[in-house]
Amino acid sequence: MTKDPAAYLSHLEAGEPDKTFLDSNELIINMGPQHPATHGVLRVILKLDGEKVLGTECVIGYLHRGVEKIAENRTYTMFNPYVDRMDYVAAVSNGLGYCEAIEKLLNIQAPPRANYIRVILTELNRIASHQLWLGTHALDIGAMTPLFYTFRDREEILKIFEKYCGARLTTHAFRIGGCQYETYEGFEQDVKKYVDFLPPKINEYEELLTTNRIWVERTRSVGKISAADCKALGVTGPVLRASGVKWDLRKAQPYAAYSEFDFDIPTGQNGDTYDRYLVRMEEMRQSLRIIRQAVERIPEGPIMAKVAKVMKPPAGEIYHSIEAPKGELGYFVVSDGSTQPYRVRVRPPSFVNLQALDVMVRGQLVADVIAVIGTLDIVLGEVDR
Amino acid sequence: MLDYVTSYLGMNTTPGQAGNVFWALVYIFVVFGGVSVAVVAMNWLERKALAHFQIRLGPMRVGPHGLLQPIADAIKLLTKEDIVPSEADAFVFWIAPLIILCASFTVYIVVPFGPTHAITDLNIGVLFMLGVSSLSVLGVVMAGWASNSHYPLLGSLRSSAQMISYEVAMGMAVVSAILMTSLNREGTGTLSMIGIVQAQQTQHIWFLFKFFPLGFVAFAIFAIAMVAETNRAPFDLPEAESELTAGFHTEYSGLRWSLFMLGEYAAMIAVSSIAVTLWLGGWLRPFPNTLTGDAWDLVFSLVPGFLFLGLAAIAFAGVMRMPKHPYFRIQTMGLAGFGAVLGVIGLVLFVPAVRDRIQDIFWFTAKVAVFMYLYIWYRATFPRYRFDQLMRVGWKVLLPIAIGVLILTAVLGVVL
Amino acid sequence: MVTKLRRRYGSGVREASTYLGENYLVLESSITLETLQVLRDDEFDYCVDITAVHYPSREKQFDLIWILYSFARNERIRVKTELADGESFPSSTEIWPTTNWLEREVFDMFGIRFDGHPDLKRILLPDGWKGYPLRKDYGIIQQDQEWVQINLGIESGQ
Repeated sequence: MTKDPAAYLSHLEAGEPDKTFLDSNELIINMGPQHPATHGVLRVILKLDGEKVLGTECVIGYLHRGVEKIAENRTYTMFNPYVDRMDYVAAVSNGLGYCEAIEKLLNIQAPPRANYIRVILTELNRIASHQLWLGTHALDIGAMTPLFYTFRDREEILKIFEKYCGARLTTHAFRIGGCQYETYEGFEQDVKKYVDFLPPKINEYEELLTTNRIWVERTRSVGKISAADCKALGVTGPVLRASGVKWDLRKAQPYAAYSEFDFDIPTGQNGDTYDRYLVRMEEMRQSLRIIRQAVERIPEGPIMAKVAKVMKPPAGEIYHSIEAPKGELGYFVVSDGSTQPYRVRVRPPSFVNLQALDVMVRGQLVADVIAVIGTLDIVLGEVDR
Repeated sequence: MLDYVTSYLGMNTTPGQAGNVFWALVYIFVVFGGVSVAVVAMNWLERKALAHFQIRLGPMRVGPHGLLQPIADAIKLLTKEDIVPSEADAFVFWIAPLIILCASFTVYIVVPFGPTHAITDLNIGVLFMLGVSSLSVLGVVMAGWASNSHYPLLGSLRSSAQMISYEVAMGMAVVSAILMTSLNREGTGTLSMIGIVQAQQTQHIWFLFKFFPLGFVAFAIFAIAMVAETNRAPFDLPEAESELTAGFHTEYSGLRWSLFMLGEYAAMIAVSSIAVTLWLGGWLRPFPNTLTGDAWDLVFSLVPGFLFLGLAAIAFAGVMRMPKHPYFRIQTMGLAGFGAVLGVIGLVLFVPAVRDRIQDIFWFTAKVAVFMYLYIWYRATFPRYRFDQLMRVGWKVLLPIAIGVLILTAVLGVVL
Repeated sequence: MVTKLRRRYGSGVREASTYLGENYLVLESSITLETLQVLRDDEFDYCVDITAVHYPSREKQFDLIWILYSFARNERIRVKTELADGESFPSSTEIWPTTNWLEREVFDMFGIRFDGHPDLKRILLPDGWKGYPLRKDYGIIQQDQEWVQINLGIESGQ
């Protein structure tokens, strides 16, 4: 059953010098699984000295659904929809990673048209994910209005998804070997319209927040993490980039037609919350740049490679990772030659990023814990799988 | 008996000064009723304005465009189960919202809606207002304590620390305005609310513009401090939902919680009226000096009537835009009726006898209404300050500037 | 680098090859920890993932796999070792702090203990859970009925 919260923090006691009765002003507070600001069912146990945080412990697993076990009992194609449900905010990226991993195992290439469609949809999803992040993060810090603006703009992306594959959130957009659905009549126009529609909106969000004195004070120097800590803790994604490391899997190990596009990787300097905010805003603009280039020159051709109906990849192991909006999303697939995978391991970016919470909030104030959880951009579906 | 009642009507003072208990009671009821209606209207306006800032509509169902929503809220809160925590101190738990409410409402005794339109005119009016509104801090602490739970206690302590910090800056800003009242021939200033507005009238300048930018800075300090004083955004950390320690009113439900909200809105209107009286010329119409003369007086006196007619026109435009569906018939009729009432009020306000009497009250109320809208605007736009940043702003930014303004005002007052 | 390892450990390095463009090493469990340290010093400063696979029909049932990445060289490498049931493995938390939660998950799902881990307890499943779900002998809809009955008060989770 749920243990006394103090018991969870026993590992923090280990490093403490002689405790006297004067240290008794420490308070252990439980930010329970149901909390308006924890972005899902996350339990954080804080050890406080007044307002200062001495240590944290995250208790996760409230959303554990055993996705990896399920994978061993489904065929490769049957497992495809399950993958969307992990990071439900950026479902298209999950699908992309899985399909590419299996394609690698089968040693086939998706045709160029499919790759372009994949890139467009994935980048649209990146923008949608960042918009959701911005709305909820601003709400946690107290600014109520950006939430509604970003959700209104995110609606347009979800409409495009709905017209394309019928679903808004858990899209199941891609298949192993390419895309199932041809782009609908007017897809390019819709995407082009969106690409022109969004930049003034991003400027609107920036106007509300970037130079707002209160926002800057709430986010500057909050949740600082150095580049060395990031690499040591395995933190990837915008968090790593905001700490100054210019690394993005789309450039370092390109997949799915990214090598054909021209885009920048935004980085920050200090690794604090404000830099992460700026990095993600700039990433939205760079995604628009990629989409603009992609939608101009979608090649004609088939959208699906020649794949057997009953997929039996040769026995072997593969690890493939992509740059999901949250970080490096990896799939480690072990095949034993049968129609069902022998083991699918999902390397979730939010899971590894959440480890860094402890390092990021030590010595900060209680109100910053919520800002830092927001800035890490975790989705509990991915953390728990 | 009748003499007692009618004798006041000839006099030109406030009932308090005239010592007329009957009329004082009448005025008290009128002011109390007016403030309650204002709180109800504020509730509706807040939800509607906030919604429109967030590109949504707000309440639309209960009454046309949600106009009856506050009544529905009131009924809901009144009929809710009254939960008292078992370990709570029952007496303190009961009395805490009452203290806040009484403190917030008592200050209206001295609020001047016009040169004789106040319940009374204490010659220490401003001091009285600041002092009595500070008593609500006591209610806040009592509320947190009586809840017998450490989260509300922490929240109430934070709230009270915030309130008393910003009172200091408020006080300094108020003193600099009071100093300005003494810049007349006799060299005597006044703390009386009516006296302050009359000082602005005789000095022919609103204190907002006096010794520009000093008056403006003092006003700005007061405007910021009053937002912090009433625990409103962006200083609403103690009562924010997404923070760890919930506010001091967590354990209160139903009627008791509504008393807190009533007290909060009443306090907002009260401190706004202090700001309006001290810097914005109270009941004086805009441009009392640059646009003088009977013609301009007439123009400005027509404004209330036109305002209400304008509101009636908006209501009728809304009626035109209502969906033409049988389900909406009652709402359409309701909105039309509301528009009609507004129109009648507007027409009544054109009658000369009414027009002249209503001028002062109207301008005062209009200025306070602008402040109320600003409160809502701040809430929609700004993120929240963290508690230590909040305290830093109060003590290390506002207070030094307020003291500086005070000293400069005193120097300039002597020199000029 | 592979030749350097081969020279040092001889037969400990069982296999070092490339499959579908990915390099991987299969090592004896005794030398694995040192090899990981060597790799860390050789600029593989980012431990991407630790995972395990269960082969019940083998003598050494578990495959423990590290996936490492080098920022400087933009190179990924997989290190694999084999463990028997009940065998524990020294923790690599000192080499890469990121392995803290990753090893906890491997313990949670497979039951492989890591010696020297600062805080080895279940991470995704509740603390009192018995059984290690990702093992092949754990059913797909199997649950720890005892835990469910005690803690949730219902007969069964099914």
